[in-house]
Amino acid sequence: MTTQVDPITTRLTPAAARTPDREPPKPGVRRPDARRRRRLGPGRPIPFGAAVGPLLLLAVWSLGSLTGLLDERTLSAPWTVLTTTGDLIASGRLQESLLISTQRAGLGLAFGVLIGTVLALVAGLSRWGEAIIDGPVQIKRAIPALALLPLLILWLGIDERMKVVTIVLGVFVPVYIHTHNGLRSIDSRYVELAESLRLSPAQFVRRVVLPGALPGFLLGLRFAVVSAWLALVVVEQINSTSGIGYMMELARQYGQTDIIIVGLVLYGILGLLSDGAVRLVQRRALSWRRTLAD
Amino acid sequence: MATHPGGLTVDTVAEVDTRPVVRVRELTRRFGGRTVLDGLDLEIRENEFVALLGRSGSGKSTLLRALAGLDPDVAGEGEIDVPANSSVIFQDARLLPWQRVLANVVLGSTGAAAFRRGAERLAEVGLAGRERAWPNQLSGGEQQRVALARALVSEPRLLLADEPFGALDALTRIRMHGLLRELCQRHRPAVLLVTHDVDEAIALADRVLVLDEGRITVDTAITLPTPREHRHPRFLAYRERLLAALGVDQPPTAAGVGPASASLGVGPASASLGVGPASASPDGRIATEEVSR
Ligand SMILES: Nc1ncnc2c1ncn2[C@@H]1O[C@H](COP(=O)(O)OP(=O)(O)O)[C@@H](O)[C@H]1O
Ligand SMILES: [Mg+2]
Repeated sequence: MTTQVDPITTRLTPAAARTPDREPPKPGVRRPDARRRRRLGPGRPIPFGAAVGPLLLLAVWSLGSLTGLLDERTLSAPWTVLTTTGDLIASGRLQESLLISTQRAGLGLAFGVLIGTVLALVAGLSRWGEAIIDGPVQIKRAIPALALLPLLILWLGIDERMKVVTIVLGVFVPVYIHTHNGLRSIDSRYVELAESLRLSPAQFVRRVVLPGALPGFLLGLRFAVVSAWLALVVVEQINSTSGIGYMMELARQYGQTDIIIVGLVLYGILGLLSDGAVRLVQRRALSWRRTLAD
Repeated sequence: MATHPGGLTVDTVAEVDTRPVVRVRELTRRFGGRTVLDGLDLEIRENEFVALLGRSGSGKSTLLRALAGLDPDVAGEGEIDVPANSSVIFQDARLLPWQRVLANVVLGSTGAAAFRRGAERLAEVGLAGRERAWPNQLSGGEQQRVALARALVSEPRLLLADEPFGALDALTRIRMHGLLRELCQRHRPAVLLVTHDVDEAIALADRVLVLDEGRITVDTAITLPTPREHRHPRFLAYRERLLAALGVDQPPTAAGVGPASASLGVGPASASLGVGPASASPDGRIATEEVSR
């Protein structure tokens, strides 16, 4: 055996002997000829960078109003908008409008998400379900939800039902499309695993199908939220007697740009908050995905 | 079967009182017009560790999937008798990425005791304390150990493994060999290990099969002292025989036992044993059955 060990030792020895000779690079010492590498990236992030643009806009707006370049009838001054907001809150109109609008959007979103998810599950788990459901949904997808408004008004009138149904129609499609996509993209190897472990259909759905489709579902939910607000804006401006959209429509008739701005800001805040909420859920629910990046 | 027609003594100890756990008769599987398994017979006894070798595309996975009942749509016939309580280990660890490690281990089990048993198996594969980790926080070898724990949590009577170490690096693979042997000795399942690695088959198995042209063409009991030394002359003899059965050309024995073995330091002494593909080992303890086709 010694004859075999020897070649290894002789091979190892020179390397081992060399090691102490090699000087370790001293940290912090710059080589004089080190060339500065030009950076191709955008550089270091600016603190509160996201606020710069909006603040600049606000400044321009304020300047315009101060100097009189911006007519009060074109666009109210920021401070006018602020005092109007105070008045609206004091009179309770703002809260009332906000509540009814949020209710409509929430109802439409809830039913739309439920319908989209159930349809996606049925279509994703059975071939018959897919054959029956997928075609009509794809056709519906090609028709913008708002294009159905005339028909919906004829069928349902102009009351709350019509409003909620319009939102539902806008919401369920993205939820269906993305959830169904998520279901179909579940790795067939996991299906095989479930079979080899003899999971029951219920266990299979709970452990494999639903978590596997969750990323798709949540993506669909984000689109759905955007759709819900969009549909809300439109239905609230058609023969409505309440809600943020009605408040804005009324303001348009009286040329009150300050109230219109308040409505816009409200829509913006609602959109941001709801998208943030979905993203938070996404982060929580998909934490298993981030573990490598962290 | 105490003696072989060729006059070889067969190691009878394992055969006397054990009934087969797996019994396959006339198994045929076809893809399109191509017959991949062609009237294959196979028996595996209680606690027996069987390795299945075969060229790529010879149908090893097809056989294993048939035994696991994972091929309902594949054309074919035959009789398959396997225990209901059997587990499968795939080449990839196949852990659900959205379930934590322990939840993955107990995926197929129910009941309050499942989590305790799952944690025990995890400890056995050396992953105690990683119960709450996500699968993608583990290395490839660790993931495959979780898969091993998952396969053993139900105390299966049969363990079916399809190249479970094929995707691992050489060092990890050697460690996994030791772990698998240890766990199989403790839990005593019958094992069918599909592999393309001849050394792995000899190092681990009680019996090595070669699948060729849709049938088992070689069925060799491996009798080697443990731990199994890759340099042991009989190890080399088995390897040469199996490589020949797999159609791997080797230089004549007089020059050594092939380039790979030569690097392991096999001196002229072992080469002079002159183990050829058709000859028996000098001490007569290699019992090889060339199944007639
Ligand atoms: N699902 C399938 N459809 C068609 N052919 C297949 C399928 N699975 C395996 N085969 C064919 O059967 C043969 C054996 O495959 P496989 O059992 O995977 O071989 P091995 O595992 O020994 O490499 C191959 O020629 C392969 O192409
Ligand atoms: Mg294979």
